Amino acid sequence: MRLKEHPILHFKRGRELTIYFEGKPIKAYEGETIAMALHAAGIRVLNHSPNKNRPRGLFCAIGKCSSCIMVVNGIPNVRTCITLVEDGMRIERQSGRARLPIKAKPPEFRDAKVVRADIVVVGGGPAGLMAAINASDAGASVVLIDENPMLGGQLVKQTHKFFGKREQFAGVRGVEIAKILEEEVRKRENVEVFLETSAVGIFHDGNEKLVLGVRKNREPIEFRGRAVIVATGAMEKMIPFENNDLPGIYGAGAIQTLMNTYGVKPGERVLIVGAGNVGLILAYQLIQAGVEVKAIVEAMPKIGGYFVHAAKVRRLGVPILTRHTILRAEGKETVERAVVAKLDDNWRPIPGTEKVFDVDVIALAVGLRPSIELLQQVGCQIKFIRELGGHVAVRDEWMETTVRGIFVAGDSAGIEEATTAMLEGKIAGTAAALRLGIADESWVKEIERAQRDLEEFRSGPFGRRVAEGIRKLLSEVGGNA
Amino acid sequence: MPEVPPYLQRGYITPEELFSIIPKPSEERLRQRPVAVPECPQEIPCAPCREVCPTKAIRMPTPNDIPVVDYERCIGCSLCVQVCPGLAFFMIQYVGDRARITMPHELLPLPERGGEVVLLNRIGEPVGRGKVLTVVPREKTKGDTPIITVEVPIELAWDVRAVKVVRE
Repeated sequence: MRLKEHPILHFKRGRELTIYFEGKPIKAYEGETIAMALHAAGIRVLNHSPNKNRPRGLFCAIGKCSSCIMVVNGIPNVRTCITLVEDGMRIERQSGRARLPIKAKPPEFRDAKVVRADIVVVGGGPAGLMAAINASDAGASVVLIDENPMLGGQLVKQTHKFFGKREQFAGVRGVEIAKILEEEVRKRENVEVFLETSAVGIFHDGNEKLVLGVRKNREPIEFRGRAVIVATGAMEKMIPFENNDLPGIYGAGAIQTLMNTYGVKPGERVLIVGAGNVGLILAYQLIQAGVEVKAIVEAMPKIGGYFVHAAKVRRLGVPILTRHTILRAEGKETVERAVVAKLDDNWRPIPGTEKVFDVDVIALAVGLRPSIELLQQVGCQIKFIRELGGHVAVRDEWMETTVRGIFVAGDSAGIEEATTAMLEGKIAGTAAALRLGIADESWVKEIERAQRDLEEFRSGPFGRRVAEGIRKLLSEVGGNA
Repeated sequence: MPEVPPYLQRGYITPEELFSIIPKPSEERLRQRPVAVPECPQEIPCAPCREVCPTKAIRMPTPNDIPVVDYERCIGCSLCVQVCPGLAFFMIQYVGDRARITMPHELLPLPERGGEVVLLNRIGEPVGRGKVLTVVPREKTKGDTPIITVEVPIELAWDVRAVKVVRE
């Protein structure tokens, strides 16, 4: 099921090619990932779980959750959501844990190519792109790596116009912001970009930081720099309910990837869990893609996202059931129904209030948690801050963590907005260049300007919570905000 | 927990709630020319409407304040309807026993000028049929969002907030 028309997006599909799913030929397009091509062909079960042999499909669609791993050309554990199709590729469902074929020769890190720059930026979303742009303008050479096949992070699937002020891209659609930032990065000669490249570890080597990368699942690369900016974004949260692993239960972001990045219809009828901004925006985007949204359920007694996003979908007939939760998903191999119920004041489902929705997709928009794995591995002090979405790295006002030379920006520093991610990226990129002695002191003014913009953005009821979380973090390093 | 405003429990605002938060344009003003009315009752960090308004008719001391339109200064140019990222601005004008509502429309198919559309209220219920007077495609607006003006019975001026095109 591929989208043919869309009120906002135009899908430019690449050359047609053929992949083989369990021996059967499937039409795919150059530039799309394996999981997207399979979904377009109606294949949602991608593997079976190691323990109970349960069917599994994709969940995050951005390479973070491993729910989509399959055997590709004989190699198991391939994340099909971020691996591009190639003509003649052989793809099989993986069953449980798999072994590398005896003949397979994994690459050796001692043969790795070395790429050097002043600053290594991990993550090409709004924070990483702005970090790269600003570090470069401050005089640093930059290498920017991202494991996805395109730059832009989650901006590439945001069809809605951004909030904030016009100088911060307010009124511009996320997809357009991604294009603008990518263009800015590409025209800077001292920024080198590596896509389809995962960072698997950060180490200290003398005065250098070493980021170990793997390109296209097979080519090891050593990225060496004197500072590293971690802008690895966030991971969608999961909530417990019966059958929550059934294929067709997708993170909200995965649905956006399917329909907005690759033009693949996620399903016909959807139930959304969570009425925060992500759930509300997703509902609107689904309607734009011609998909029916049966309802949005929200356990809280009120809508958590912006009222205006709720009003947009209410006037198109989507009910929002506050004080409701999902009890279970039903279906044989994939989602066929969702059962929800009303909650009492003690958050317990009220018997007799169950409602059944005939849906083939359940979207989970129940929050995000920062992707801090690399920060934790390299030894940054980590603290649990509820207001920032969970465990985050302790950092100062220049976004430097407790490990000198390691900076953080964007959602990986605390869940917030793309607008604030861009401002944090600007601070981190500039600060890293200053710390390395590359930028002169006049650049401090740029940091201060971004800090003022952040403060203004966070001064309302929505931002105050985040600001409170950041105050808790800064108290760890004796900063004041 | 502080008391939750009803509009945040339901996801839509009634005209009564809206006009307890911002003033309602006078009947006289509504008959003069179109007037912009924001349905944006919550403090969110957003300011493009104020930034785009050519007559500085939108009062919003900081981006986290709600927009309040000075209806006498508003010239009915529709720029705020075009740029509002929350699609929360509408323009209303009374003409005889009809009202003209200008609203964003980011769905397919785009209505045709002169065509008839189903009128939807704030919860998506069909409440009648109306005639499309103008359609500005997205390339021609300042905000990349198509806007349309529909004519509705005057008693529906404060109810209709979306339309549906019936494909033959």
